[in-house]
Amino acid sequence: MALKKRVLRATWYSESIYMSFSDSFFAARFGISRRDLENYLSEALSRGGDYADLYFEYIATSSIGIDESIVKSATQGVTLGVGVRVIAGERTGYAYAGDLSPEKIKHAAQVAAMIAAGPSKVESTPLDDGPRRDLYPVLNAPNEASFAERVELVQRADKAARAADSRVFQVQATYADSLRQILVATSDGTVSHDRQPMARLSVFALAKGPDGIAQQGHSGGGGRYELSWFLNERTPEYFAKEAVRQAIVQLGAVDAPAGENVVVLGPGWPGVLLHEAVGHGLEADFNRKGVSAFSGRIGQQVASPLCTVVDDGTIGGRRGSINVDDEGNLTQRNVLIENGILRGYLQDKLSSRITGSTATGSGRRESYEHIPMPRMTNTFMLAGESDPADIIKSVPRGLYCASFAGGQVDITSGNFVFSASESYLIEDGKLTRPVKNATLIGNGPEALKYVSMVGNDLKLDEGVGICGKEGQSVPVGVGIPTVRIDRMTVGGTA
Amino acid sequence: MSLDALTDIARDTIRQALHSGATDAECTISEGSEFGANVRMGELETLKEAGSRGAGLRVLIGKKTGSSYTSDMTPDGIRQMVKAAVELAALTTEDPHVALPDESELGAILGDLKLFYESVAALPAAQKIDAAKRAEAAALSFNPCITKSEGGSFDSSTSCRVFANSRGFAGAYQSTWCSLTAVPVATRGDTMERDYWSTLARDFSGLETPEFVGRTAAERAVRRLGAVKVETTKVPVVFEPRVARSLLGNLFEAVEGRSIYRQASFLANKLGEKIADERITLIDDGTMPGLFGSQPFDDEGVPTRRTMVIEKGVLKAYLLNTYTARKLDMKTTGNASRGITGNAGIGHGNFYIEPGTKSPSEIIADIKNGFYVTELIGSGVNTVTGDYSRGAAGVWIRNGELAFPVSEVTIASTLQEMLNGLGEIGSDLEFRGSISAPTIMIGEMTIAGR
Repeated sequence: MALKKRVLRATWYSESIYMSFSDSFFAARFGISRRDLENYLSEALSRGGDYADLYFEYIATSSIGIDESIVKSATQGVTLGVGVRVIAGERTGYAYAGDLSPEKIKHAAQVAAMIAAGPSKVESTPLDDGPRRDLYPVLNAPNEASFAERVELVQRADKAARAADSRVFQVQATYADSLRQILVATSDGTVSHDRQPMARLSVFALAKGPDGIAQQGHSGGGGRYELSWFLNERTPEYFAKEAVRQAIVQLGAVDAPAGENVVVLGPGWPGVLLHEAVGHGLEADFNRKGVSAFSGRIGQQVASPLCTVVDDGTIGGRRGSINVDDEGNLTQRNVLIENGILRGYLQDKLSSRITGSTATGSGRRESYEHIPMPRMTNTFMLAGESDPADIIKSVPRGLYCASFAGGQVDITSGNFVFSASESYLIEDGKLTRPVKNATLIGNGPEALKYVSMVGNDLKLDEGVGICGKEGQSVPVGVGIPTVRIDRMTVGGTA
Repeated sequence: MSLDALTDIARDTIRQALHSGATDAECTISEGSEFGANVRMGELETLKEAGSRGAGLRVLIGKKTGSSYTSDMTPDGIRQMVKAAVELAALTTEDPHVALPDESELGAILGDLKLFYESVAALPAAQKIDAAKRAEAAALSFNPCITKSEGGSFDSSTSCRVFANSRGFAGAYQSTWCSLTAVPVATRGDTMERDYWSTLARDFSGLETPEFVGRTAAERAVRRLGAVKVETTKVPVVFEPRVARSLLGNLFEAVEGRSIYRQASFLANKLGEKIADERITLIDDGTMPGLFGSQPFDDEGVPTRRTMVIEKGVLKAYLLNTYTARKLDMKTTGNASRGITGNAGIGHGNFYIEPGTKSPSEIIADIKNGFYVTELIGSGVNTVTGDYSRGAAGVWIRNGELAFPVSEVTIASTLQEMLNGLGEIGSDLEFRGSISAPTIMIGEMTIAGR
């Protein structure tokens, strides 16, 4: 099999100031004024507290599904609401309302205010526009395109997957988009707003070999792009062929090895390793409480000197990118590990207030019904110097993992897993047989110490990641170059 | 809003849909309020209280379908929702198997399912916060190793659900739940271990005591301290009930109608065949009063029921909604499930495995060398092929006793081999959620470690 080495060119857009609050979605559509926001904030702080914020959200979504070549589902809808948060010391009060009537918002503010007791310590500050930029200059959001155009994407995917190989017997494709409008007003005196488009296409294929045993393949991608991205950059045919290729590869898979092995991770989606092994453990809420395996380890060696890991919410168009986080702070590029040394945590407002740290633009929430938490955006390892082909050649016997289905971590012990969905045996420096899906397991602060080679082929994933934490899901990205890990436990049966 | 007012909105939505050109329609409305308090190191940390509602519509125009939803339940919001669904239906493809349930299939089971307790909403916040504080305090005082905590929390919810369709069905029910959880962290040297215990009930009086929750969580966290990675080997594996439930979750994926008609399950085309050890009997029952998998009708307006899925090792039934039943030329089993909109998927009621006769300690006592699993992480189960590989932590069994903690290992096999290679089923079945299992021992699995 041929190794794919397509490097996505990441684009960094420059910051530009445009569109003030008065032109924002909520001001224009619902007539919300600065004065209204200031009133709600003072209501929220009426019983005391150190800080309050309002989070307005309007989301329009649509999705289309094809199964057995029949467009079986098409759904669209809207939700709207506002969340009110009050912070008093280390306490947080939170309430939300499912409509924007002044009475409902005031009531939510009063409920959130219950967390505090005593006279307000916060001077009321007039609201000024927060900093602005545009990482995803999407003129026409995908959900503003005609439905027929979007239906065509799943039909093309279905057709291409069926045509790709005669062993394919089931294909499903799903297209989903959303346009999220947010507005964050804080008692610090800033009001920020953002328009966040998102689209994703995924394809699932089942193929059957001569032995009658079925195998599955998944593929998909997207980001904060216009619909034309699926016509020009990543077509339905591209994702369809990839899903079929993965299913077909699995038809000949042998049992995965069991026990410690040399593991080579391919570029792109295997970056989920970093998300689990490092990323979650560096979220500031866990570290403030001292319950992460990385707590108190800033400045220590937690990875091989070859490893530099960043979390970057500012890459143009990426699924994990956002202009401002859900607390109104600009996102940024945060260095988590630099040449193996632990450098910093991902902060939200509460944690940075308590620990006196600078904001990192990492405060995110699933919706207006949720309290923000420190979260990742796009997490990846910077490219090294090795030729990917040399990395594979260097391994006498081991496992090469090209793709993963996902992962999970216990942040306290640091133990994490990730599940390979496409991997191969490496024998005498060559990829030989495909192996069955297996779980890989390691320990966060230890695993990356065994990284002995880092490729020059950094690749970000195609844009399908969803990260779950304490019941809240947010879109994220991951990336990694080809990496050799000298020791990792592979959960096979052979 | 009252159940009657919400039901009127649902009926009116159906009428509007039929006027706008739909030949059939289904409307779901859900309304709920939630409370959550989290306490950490003895201090209240977060308090959350709010309510929300939403409506969803699915229309059929002949054999085409479209769906929509909204959080705006004003007359204008509902009109927009109707328009959106009808518009979308025109763009989908005709599907010969699309239909609502037959009128004779619609209905609700009679009698009080004991899903709703007024006391949950009426309970003062101070009392809920106090329970969370006591649970955390019990964990912190259990053992000197417990010096940190992710806290104690109390959560509760009151909600109602309304469903109506154009075949004359309209039904509504209310439900409540509350839960109490403790998440302590045990520390020894520079290693830390976290575990949790949680109790869930329809009303406050059904919860385990805060002290029990805190102590149990702490005991579990302390037991994990000093965990080692064992050598790669093949041994009997015992799943404690909490993790055995996840095995049943995997089996549910393999017997639900969508994966069956798509041939995406290792149990497709196996009806009537012996697929498991004869001691395995697996049941789905949506009619058990007070339990978390119970509801009077499914999300298509079909009464829930008891379905024998595996009886003495023989695969007896798949779990179906109307669509998958038609695809398979069978009858719905009342397992339709959806959020508030879209085509119905499939859910389970109380999905459980019948208990055996041996206690967990009797099962362990018979094992010379084995692995008692208390935690599983990751998603390494493939229900298409049955391949099973997950991260695990627990306690090593040596000479019939729990000997030392183990972590950072995987357990692997296939679901087929696990079903047929059953060791024992424990007598300790407890209904703690909508999936319930006693202790389950599998004869042999591969442990990958050092």
